[in-house]
Amino acid sequence: MADTLKPHTAKDVEEAVQWARSRGAALELVGRGGKRAIGRPAQTDLTLDLSGLSGVVLYEPEELVLSAQAGTPLDEIEALLAAKGQHLAFEPIDYGRLLGGAPLSGTIGGVLAANLCGPRRIAAGAARDHFLGFEGVSGRGESFKSGGRVVKNVTGYDVSKLVAGSWGTLAVLTTVTIKTLPRPQTQATVVVSGLDDATAVRAMAAAMATSCDVSGAAHLPAAVAARSGLGTATGRSLTLLRLEGVAPSVDHRKATLLAAMKAFGAVELRDEEASRGLWGEIRDVTPFTAADVSGRPVWRIVTAPSRGAELVGMVAGAAEAEVLYDWAGGLIWVMLAPSDDAGAALIRRAVNVCGGQATLIRAPAATRAAVDVFSPQEPGLASLTKRVKQGFDPNGVLNPGRMWAGV
Amino acid sequence: MVVAMPEPDRAVLLRRDRIVKALSAIVPGEGVIASEAAMRPYETDGLTAYRALPMVVVLPSTTEQVSRILAYCHGEGIKVVPRGAGTSLSGGALPLTDGVLLGMAKFNRIREIDYDNRVVVAEPGVTNLAVTQAVEQRGFYYAPDPSSQIACTIGGNVAENSGGVHCLKYGMTTNNVLGCEIVLMTGEVVRLGGKHVDAGGYDLLGIINGSEGLLGVVTEVTVRILRRPEMARAALIGFVSSEDAGECVGRIIGAGIIPGGMEMMDKPAIHAVEEFVHAGYPLDVEALLIVELDGPQAEVDHLVARVEAIAQDCRAVSCRVSATEQERLLFWAGRKAAFPAVGRISPDYFCMDGTIPRAKLPLVLSRMRELSERYRLRVANVFHAGDGNLHPLILYDANKGDELERAEAFGADILRLCVEVGGVLTGEHGVGVEKRDLMPAMFTEADLAQQQRLKCAFDDKGLLNPGKVFPTLHRCAELGRIHVHAGKVAFPDIPRF
Repeated sequence: MADTLKPHTAKDVEEAVQWARSRGAALELVGRGGKRAIGRPAQTDLTLDLSGLSGVVLYEPEELVLSAQAGTPLDEIEALLAAKGQHLAFEPIDYGRLLGGAPLSGTIGGVLAANLCGPRRIAAGAARDHFLGFEGVSGRGESFKSGGRVVKNVTGYDVSKLVAGSWGTLAVLTTVTIKTLPRPQTQATVVVSGLDDATAVRAMAAAMATSCDVSGAAHLPAAVAARSGLGTATGRSLTLLRLEGVAPSVDHRKATLLAAMKAFGAVELRDEEASRGLWGEIRDVTPFTAADVSGRPVWRIVTAPSRGAELVGMVAGAAEAEVLYDWAGGLIWVMLAPSDDAGAALIRRAVNVCGGQATLIRAPAATRAAVDVFSPQEPGLASLTKRVKQGFDPNGVLNPGRMWAGV
Repeated sequence: MVVAMPEPDRAVLLRRDRIVKALSAIVPGEGVIASEAAMRPYETDGLTAYRALPMVVVLPSTTEQVSRILAYCHGEGIKVVPRGAGTSLSGGALPLTDGVLLGMAKFNRIREIDYDNRVVVAEPGVTNLAVTQAVEQRGFYYAPDPSSQIACTIGGNVAENSGGVHCLKYGMTTNNVLGCEIVLMTGEVVRLGGKHVDAGGYDLLGIINGSEGLLGVVTEVTVRILRRPEMARAALIGFVSSEDAGECVGRIIGAGIIPGGMEMMDKPAIHAVEEFVHAGYPLDVEALLIVELDGPQAEVDHLVARVEAIAQDCRAVSCRVSATEQERLLFWAGRKAAFPAVGRISPDYFCMDGTIPRAKLPLVLSRMRELSERYRLRVANVFHAGDGNLHPLILYDANKGDELERAEAFGADILRLCVEVGGVLTGEHGVGVEKRDLMPAMFTEADLAQQQRLKCAFDDKGLLNPGKVFPTLHRCAELGRIHVHAGKVAFPDIPRF
């Protein structure tokens, strides 16, 4: 078991990284550890436990801004926002159950480092789009900051975006500033049932092309719908379209969208409470978390929405594939039967044809060490990526190899 | 010119004829402009106080040409300044006398409109407005709408991460771009993202947006388009103090309402605009808000009523809600003409751009009035109130004594004030040359060194648009050595906190 360093201040972090760098040691960055099983297995000497950097520094609801130390638990922040009628509009997925752990175990730093998002990605963006600024420590052991605490700024390179989704390979976040937004007053979901995948993707595209402001568009083929707790025993697929906003607006759009979707299949409505439940399940990919399937690999594939069904067509029928579509077809969660490569060859082939990228989210450590977890990059992009890493962390102190070997 | 640019490379200038010939071989015909008269239109951009004639202008029309030009310049150690429509307000496209001015105007085609995925693939020289025009017959539009949208290009929007009056609700350029093709200074072509969201790997797309032409030359952009809201209505609300107006903005957002647009103007701006456009703005108020709500009619009516009630609570002295689309557009015509309106009452003006925490607005306005008196120059303010983005317009006459110098100093003081109250140097116009030397007011040496190391990953010789954004140019090798903190290690053994 690797030794653990537990800093309590940004200065401690700086010293820890400087120390590690001087010793040629590599650090594994951990908040509450909820996402440790994502990425290539750690090739590190020590753990840098950031949960000691905790606490909200500033929250000004009317300015739409919150600053917190990076190790602040996400649930603490979400509760604070909820009390003021706000939320994180990017709806970050809780990976806890999907990865076989406990739910509610993320930190705000982890949410940003992994650039998490949820079904509302198509309407409100991902963590990156709400990340205003940060203070952190580079792999050189130098404290630096980027961005600011106002909701709009273009001063210097937008390093916040770069750090979002870098999985702790560029810098240790110590304090982060994010944009908060009003929580929609109410929501409802239009459900179309019985559509095959290709028709569902067309229906979702049609819904997105209306002026109904659809803030979630997901499709569960019959087998996956049956796995979910979505209250259907009909054996039919479910296509879900979420509407959020003030009540008079949601009422109006419900009617418009129901009328537009009738052309595709049988439609029904789910009210606010049912709708919240549905989208919680979609966000956290709950159908793939049951005990009987917890040993099966799960892929997260992002592609152009119109290619979603085609991509699934190339994967379906092999390795007992089960899929869940989100983002109007642009995000596909694929669960396969266990195998040596977790289905990597199959998935990569499909993504090469249809475009996009795929990440192996759930698989045993040995598999994640053996196959590419993140999409392999073109040589030009791969070398640019390495140069960026070099600029932040020339000695490979921070999470080396978590995304790709040598990064 | 007051601002200092990198020392021209005499060796490069001595080789000018050879360089022009080599570029002409890459871009034949009229694609290379070398005569002084023909280069004159390129000597400045939207920040007209600064001018410089480039060494040569090249107008490529294919990615391959861009790649060959950059590879050639990289090999020869020649600086390159990319340019879209030249509407930058921070001098981002200011030429270098020993540099190639790379004009992207010939990249003016929309390559694909994909309604299934709701994206448009455009060449970088396509104007912002042309993207919307290409899709509006199907009821779609491209959300970011900088005031210069009729002229500014989508490639320039990417470089500056442009905003506009609707970005509080719909985001800036960076939130609306899904993919880019870029050419690095070495000539290497790299594709980032595509029609899918989440490009994967490091978010280099997020870095390219707002990189002010320092990292790569954009040769293709994929943007998302949105379905136009069913309708929009605007409320024109007058206040006797900017404090009341500021409180109203805060309470609208506090009530959970994110308007499609929320703009504020101060008295000098209101008067300049009203004389010019006759939009029916009240002249007896200190601050005027335009609050626009968009969506289905049921939503708009509901929210307009709530905004009216909030305005009343905040002591509004006048409130008009647009009854017709024509009236709504008239409300906006005033705001959108603010810059030319000020141009009518003053021979020259600087349009500043800073962002502040909104609650600090009354303080900033009162400090600005003091500065106005001290510098003996008038100032008018327009303000993207929802997101705290301030545009003070400093009025001066370049032909009068030291007014230009005073205007520059006044502007710098305003931006320092923005940083002092917790804001940033620029909200949407970029740093360019205008705010370059103010960067240390906001960033430490370590902050800037880390940004420049990112530059080195893209452009190791520092040839792409040098002299912009960063006050001090460091060689990449030197940045590798910089240790901001003395390299002494605090812990002799494993640190345990």
